[in-house]
Amino acid sequence: MQVHFASLLLAVLVSAFSLLAQSAPTSGNKKFPLRIHGFLLGNYTARIDDAHPPGEEGGRFLWADERLRLELSGDTAKGNLSFLFKGDLFHDAVTNKVDGVVREAYLDYSRARFDVRLGRQIVTWGVGDLLFINDVFPKDWSAFFSGRPLEYLKVGVDAAMLHMATPALNIELVVIPFFEPDNLPAPGRFFFFDPLANVSNRTRSEPANTAGNTEFALRLYRRIADSDVSLYAYRGYWRQPSFRPDQLPLPTELQGFYPRLTVYGASAQRNVGAGLVSVEAGYYDSQDDRQGADPAIPNSQFRFFVGYQRQVGSEFTVGAQYSAEVIKNYDAYKQSLPPGFPLQDHARHVLTVRLTRFFKYQTWKLSFFSFYSPTDQDALLIPEVWHAFSDRLSLAIGANIFEGRRPTTFLGQFDGNDNLYIAVRFDF
Amino acid sequence: MPRGWRSRPISLGLISSMLFLPGVALRAQALPAEEVVAQALQVLFYPGNDMNARVRMRLISKEGSERLRELTLLRKNLPEGGQQRFFIYFHRPADVRSMTFLVWKHPPRDAERWLFLPALNMVRRIAANDKRSSFVGSDFSYEDISGREVGEDTHMLLREETLNGRPVFIIRSVPKDERSVDFSYRLAWIDKENFVLWREEYYDKRNELYKVFSADEVKQVDRQWTTVRRTMKNVQNGHRTEVTFLEVSYNIGLEDSLFSERYLRNPPGRWIR
Repeated sequence: MQVHFASLLLAVLVSAFSLLAQSAPTSGNKKFPLRIHGFLLGNYTARIDDAHPPGEEGGRFLWADERLRLELSGDTAKGNLSFLFKGDLFHDAVTNKVDGVVREAYLDYSRARFDVRLGRQIVTWGVGDLLFINDVFPKDWSAFFSGRPLEYLKVGVDAAMLHMATPALNIELVVIPFFEPDNLPAPGRFFFFDPLANVSNRTRSEPANTAGNTEFALRLYRRIADSDVSLYAYRGYWRQPSFRPDQLPLPTELQGFYPRLTVYGASAQRNVGAGLVSVEAGYYDSQDDRQGADPAIPNSQFRFFVGYQRQVGSEFTVGAQYSAEVIKNYDAYKQSLPPGFPLQDHARHVLTVRLTRFFKYQTWKLSFFSFYSPTDQDALLIPEVWHAFSDRLSLAIGANIFEGRRPTTFLGQFDGNDNLYIAVRFDF
Repeated sequence: MPRGWRSRPISLGLISSMLFLPGVALRAQALPAEEVVAQALQVLFYPGNDMNARVRMRLISKEGSERLRELTLLRKNLPEGGQQRFFIYFHRPADVRSMTFLVWKHPPRDAERWLFLPALNMVRRIAANDKRSSFVGSDFSYEDISGREVGEDTHMLLREETLNGRPVFIIRSVPKDERSVDFSYRLAWIDKENFVLWREEYYDKRNELYKVFSADEVKQVDRQWTTVRRTMKNVQNGHRTEVTFLEVSYNIGLEDSLFSERYLRNPPGRWIR
């Protein structure tokens, strides 16, 4: 299947280049508006610590790949019908396999009052900086923790998006018939906390592709009093699996599944004084465990954050965010928690800081991002140096440093995965 | 000549005939320095009700290495208070291609800026309090490309002279809040008749010349004086940025609704080519 897919992508690639070759004399002609772009990326992430997970993927390198991105796009003369295809062909140097992935592939149709986008697409909502509340779309945390470029944090969904624009209100509706889970760090490459690590017999079932399981995400937005204000609603599933043991305290099998989830939320953003203030909140209604008594399913939660960003000098921007996740029916959660499982705090608080400084006509960038939780007493620090040798060739070197008092907290569990990454990119 | 030009070079006949119109010259001479600067701002940054331009920026280092920025710039003036909206679509370089950028300018308050990152399909609002930050890594700051408010500086007419055959006012502008900017004062050579800004010199905090703006080619396009080629040069480090308007047209009927998140995420194919 994978080989098949890679060869398909390769075929698309070859035909695209032959088309390009044919069209070269008229490439500036509006009659043939196919555009071809992309990049070559070499991305290598090495562990800082000597210890590494057992198994063939648990070597010195957390991530290593060479990758060709191909992006094809085109539109009609009027510009109201267009398409975009973004695919990656890559060699995974850790497993020594060649594979391909379609990042995005969609058609756009626009009229005066609405836009429709049909196909595989990345959707990003909300006003957070690496904090997501109303962005209920799939994410690849494994990519993020592995030192891959930021765009790989987001995963596409096969969906239909409708945008309606009226003078009073903008409406975005995303209909997702095919469930796409988050991609989480896997035991082959990452150390992390697993209370049932010795149970290797695991199944995982995603919601079936039935009409009743279709996910809906709705966003309404407009400007109110110099603020960008959005309201959100989502009906779908938790994107991280829950596991139900067949028996306790000594299970032999874990059944993975994705419980139902509904989210309601809001966000606002505006200039205040010399800076920019962002606020976002959401209520996570855990449909399959509203009483909070089922230890396998997350309880309902209230989440919010407030952020502030400003330039503190020429080419120097500073941002900070404070966020909290509060568990509803905390007593029921506490009582139902099986022995041996770590107890989460009633509220998890997180502070983030981002510093970005450009140098030399923006050909150098130093940046630093950190998550720090005073309640979990854990942190993730991400320093990075980026340099553009030219308009086409750039290099990023950075690190992911996890810290934690306990191996059971969200970031603390990754403490053994500190890594150093390098990404060389050539754009065309 | 690129398509899109509906222009002609400055007519020497027209200019010399204007020189003999004493009313024009006398009225200009009587203008206070603030008014001259305000007129120059109008001519450089506000021509037409709206504008569509294809802009190429060459960022050239002292050693001669060159980077290229190419973008489509859509601008619309609003009726009140010098408010403007800008929509920018990047064609080049490849790593920012199809990024879009939206600015709502409403002086004297800080502008509002939104950046759309296509790789993440994400709109990010960005803090915009430092107007002297570089625009896309060029020698032009945000203020250099969108105009510095007249009221931010104290203006004084130094003298009148001729620059490249054009009669000009030389005006010295000193920032009222000197901590907010990277220069201690600037000198502007402003055309006495059409208020084109021909040259501007920025002096650093040690009162040494460090940045020079020059209008290299000025044409009438759709009856608007348009600086179609301009350069900003940092004379201290030798870096310079040359800006060329490859195509430009005015009064094309851009809708207010274009300058919105909707089009930031889904750029209007009709205007962006």
